[in-house]
Amino acid sequence: MLLYALKRLGLALIITAVALILLISMIQLIPGDPAAVLLGPLASPEMREMFRQQMGLDQPALVQIARFFGRVLTGDLGTDVLTNRSVLVTVMEQVPFTLALIFASITWSALIGIPLGCFAALYRGSLADRIVGILSVSSIALPSFVIAIYGLLLFSVKLGWFPTIGAGDRGDPIDQLYHLVLPSLAVGLGWVGYLARMVRASMLEVLSENHVRMARAFGLEERTITYRYALKIAIIPTVVLLGMGVGNMISSAVFAEIVFARPGVGKLIFDAISTRNYPVVMGAVMITTGFYVLCTLIADLIAAGLDPRVRSTL
Amino acid sequence: MSPLLDIKGLSVSFRTPRGELKALRDVALHVDEGEIVGIIGESGCGKSTLINAIIGLLPANTGAVSGHIGFDGQELVGLPANAMRKLRGERITTIFQDPMTALNPVLTIGAQMTAIQYRRRASASEKRRRAIEFLDKVRMPDAARRLDQYPHQFSGGMRQRICIAMALLTEPDLLIADEPTTALDATLEVQVIHLLRELQRDIGCSVLFISHHLGAVAELCGRVAIMYAGEVVEQGTASDIFRDPRHPYTRKLLECDPGRIAERQEILPTIPGELPDLVHVPKGCIFRDRCPERFALCGERPPEVTVRPGHQAACHKARELVAS
Repeated sequence: MLLYALKRLGLALIITAVALILLISMIQLIPGDPAAVLLGPLASPEMREMFRQQMGLDQPALVQIARFFGRVLTGDLGTDVLTNRSVLVTVMEQVPFTLALIFASITWSALIGIPLGCFAALYRGSLADRIVGILSVSSIALPSFVIAIYGLLLFSVKLGWFPTIGAGDRGDPIDQLYHLVLPSLAVGLGWVGYLARMVRASMLEVLSENHVRMARAFGLEERTITYRYALKIAIIPTVVLLGMGVGNMISSAVFAEIVFARPGVGKLIFDAISTRNYPVVMGAVMITTGFYVLCTLIADLIAAGLDPRVRSTL
Repeated sequence: MSPLLDIKGLSVSFRTPRGELKALRDVALHVDEGEIVGIIGESGCGKSTLINAIIGLLPANTGAVSGHIGFDGQELVGLPANAMRKLRGERITTIFQDPMTALNPVLTIGAQMTAIQYRRRASASEKRRRAIEFLDKVRMPDAARRLDQYPHQFSGGMRQRICIAMALLTEPDLLIADEPTTALDATLEVQVIHLLRELQRDIGCSVLFISHHLGAVAELCGRVAIMYAGEVVEQGTASDIFRDPRHPYTRKLLECDPGRIAERQEILPTIPGELPDLVHVPKGCIFRDRCPERFALCGERPPEVTVRPGHQAACHKARELVAS
């Protein structure tokens, strides 16, 4: 297990490095002069030249990439061009809000979706299974921003049950949780259906395997077979999917953060793009990339913990 | 004394989109206490359906089940699922065909071997000790250490030994072995068969041994039943069946056994024709279409002809056909 963890960690570092190189190369390929964009049409040629020197934009592309890489390794993600603050600080200030939103969403959707999938698999073909199936597919089909807007209209504006905007009072966890309800509903609802479908499919597959027949032939109780013998295998692809899903949720979090005017990385990236604040965009994308890699790493480690066959691969 | 397992007039059908598939028709078979009975038949002859009917694990699309399966005086047809489950792994234990997929891949064999002892009132270490004892019995080297390994760390032959150890651990009255050697290569097959016989003597259970390997059945079984297309066409002692087969299907089957072919041949012999359609079961003898001996009377269902005590063949010509 330890050997697997080390190898997997090494792989994660390589993935991060490749992602960073791709990101930097893409920025290099964007047409237009950043100095002209950032300083506006009124800036003099001297000012632009100075800006380029300051930012190192007069150096050859490869040097820029190498320098950038070096700075990232030391934790320096550049300066926010609007506020002159460190990008790392600006992004990290927003990270907790997004993390709270994502983890709230994934937790409740997993707590509902996984048992729902098990239930549908155990009672396959029944009316309940069909209803779960229809609801799951509908929830997958609904875009999160639509749920966000209608959730807002119904529960906040019309019924007044939940607050409309913001992330709640600082230092008041209850209020913050209260403010999380609607946004996490919007982000997580699709995942309930997704997880239910996924768990149902893999559960059905596992239940039809030979070793389940053997367990039955030994008279083990259905409950033992379902939860101890089958679920432990059926949950593995779901864990891996969740790992990638948490990373993916950042994009659906963008919509929720905008609709609910919540602070967060998604909103930060959106605002930074509107104001052409490239260092912040880059910094935020890098942090989310790292986060994504971390999530898949954790998911793979959990999968390896569950399945001994995974540990002996890689 | 009545036999331990006594099957009479057992018929099982499945619902399919094409109609009712009559997988087993009027099967009669018995296994006495301490006896090893072999069932031989090609794929699709209903061997697996027969096992599933005995252990109450017929699939969801099962239609009508009629007839009797008596087990130690208890009727198993129509027995509630929970009562049936109580017999499985306690009095009737089954070993399946493919050892590579028969064990749970994410649990150690120790965990699986203790889980099946859940009915026993014993401490975890006591159950573990018992698991080691039975792994030793099937000659698993270094059993105590290997108990904490996962199935993928064992070879196919080793996994089949684990399955046999698990089955014997339950000390069943009836052990059903569903082609336990089919997935193994020839040398392992011999080992497993010797092991099975040895352990059967130790424990004294009855065995229902299903195989399409004639040599294995001849080696192991006292009595043999030949199944074809959902019917038992012939049964008798192993020497009756192998020395004096009276059903044309049995004779053809023996002719096709590579182990019995004396001269070198370019093409291995086969039985021409195909299995009949079991949705529209033909009238008369089920083997008629492929039978080299067929004559006018075969359009009628053949009687169960008793060739000698304990040797029956379902053929009109059973008394005339004598081994050449």
